[in-house]
Amino acid sequence: MLKRTPFYTIHQALGARIVPFAGFEMPVQYTSIIEEHLRVRNAVGVFDVSHMGEFYVDGAGAEAFLQRMTVNDVTKLFNGRVQYSALLYDDGGIVDDLLVYDLGGRYMLVVNASNKDKDFNWLVSHAGYDVEIRDASDDVALLAVQGPKSLATLQKLTTDDIASLNYYHFLRGRVAGAEAIISRTGYTGELGFEIYFDANEGTAAAVWNAVMDAGKEFGIGPAGLGARDTLRLEMGYCLYGNDIDQTTHPLEAGLGWITKLNKGDFTGREALLKAHNQGLSRAMIGFVVDDPDHGSKAFPRHGYDLLSAGTPREKIGHITSGTFSPLLQRGIGMGYVSSKYAEPGTEIAASIRGIPVRARVVKFPFVNR
Amino acid sequence: MNIPDHLRYTKDHEWIRVEGEFGIVGITDYAQGELGDIVFVELPGKGASFAQGQSFGTIEAVKAVSDMFLPVTGEIVDVNANLGNAPELINKDPYGEGWIVKVKISNAADLGNLFDAAGYASHVGQAH
Repeated sequence: MLKRTPFYTIHQALGARIVPFAGFEMPVQYTSIIEEHLRVRNAVGVFDVSHMGEFYVDGAGAEAFLQRMTVNDVTKLFNGRVQYSALLYDDGGIVDDLLVYDLGGRYMLVVNASNKDKDFNWLVSHAGYDVEIRDASDDVALLAVQGPKSLATLQKLTTDDIASLNYYHFLRGRVAGAEAIISRTGYTGELGFEIYFDANEGTAAAVWNAVMDAGKEFGIGPAGLGARDTLRLEMGYCLYGNDIDQTTHPLEAGLGWITKLNKGDFTGREALLKAHNQGLSRAMIGFVVDDPDHGSKAFPRHGYDLLSAGTPREKIGHITSGTFSPLLQRGIGMGYVSSKYAEPGTEIAASIRGIPVRARVVKFPFVNR
Repeated sequence: MNIPDHLRYTKDHEWIRVEGEFGIVGITDYAQGELGDIVFVELPGKGASFAQGQSFGTIEAVKAVSDMFLPVTGEIVDVNANLGNAPELINKDPYGEGWIVKVKISNAADLGNLFDAAGYASHVGQAH
């Protein structure tokens, strides 16, 4: 039985194309992925991401527990600070990537919907008597308001000082009368906020309508999971299940920046140290299609091979995510290649339905925001 | 969803409108909706021949790529050149300006293997 978020009837009324995703009936698009994508880049868009999982971690041992279970340094957090992090298996493979919110002595973890139960069981099986973990996912609604006009929109709906919130900081306040965690985070690369509040349909509708009214003068509109994917891809953000999973570790995935090998012991650290000392055999890259013959008609997709540029072409890796970039108007992709091909500027090829299409390794993000 | 009565349909979501010995071919409203924004259509050359059910081109949408299959055996006598600059015509008007190819039908009996509108509607799980 698929679950519905508290915004489901709104999506339906808007005529959204609704698909099963991670156990939920979610809107993939309302009118057009490209239109919704550009609205977020140029003005402001609203995503229902209530399918995401939220866990509360309490107890005297909560900080030490999270320090042991996640790759980032939890001791650097303070009340009001958010951290991007990951949970690892002992062999360094990724259980999930997640956000850790420091609520002052207790923590909120925000995890991928598709991994929620797996993550919960993983955490609980490693928690001692001094840690309490609660799955609050069904009680939490989450709206992401993203785009250059997101601040101007939300400022009309709150007296809290959200203008002073720095990236990856949050405050507890009110939006349109509803008690909320207002977080300067997102998955789009734009100025944006994520708003966590009570998951009841009445509150959800009130907040949704207030946000839409407040943003009307800026051309606000809803955005679905389709645009969410193209937006994150233009930034080179990893998606669990595509770019990272239990067979990839954070160093090769380009997540070394959140992996604090010197913070002390944590699950997966030994495997990562070993991989680090041996030298990485492969690395996550971003690439843009750059081919006068096929550039505008061949787009990289998940699962396609990556090839060397010279002849004979050899397989050097595979594509984990790919799309048509609405901003660049060309194919872009992410994938793993043998480390010697990972340098930005390297000429490679993507095997697109049997045709080798020329591409070039680039630094993330694909678009400058 | 729009499923016009005067067309024949394939299980792969192409439609054909028969005009004498020729057929105009496109993809259905259902198919364009499932694909989402179409950003490129790879068209066959005029004069190329394909068997019924054979892939005659591909459609690239933002989300995914998919093959198009010819509803009848025949020779391509015309392609919709407007799709080169405006592939989104398929999204906007799948049965009209978004037509894809014109085919000379080799064997009219092929049409018997296709769905009528009611059959196609039940194929995509819609009441017609």
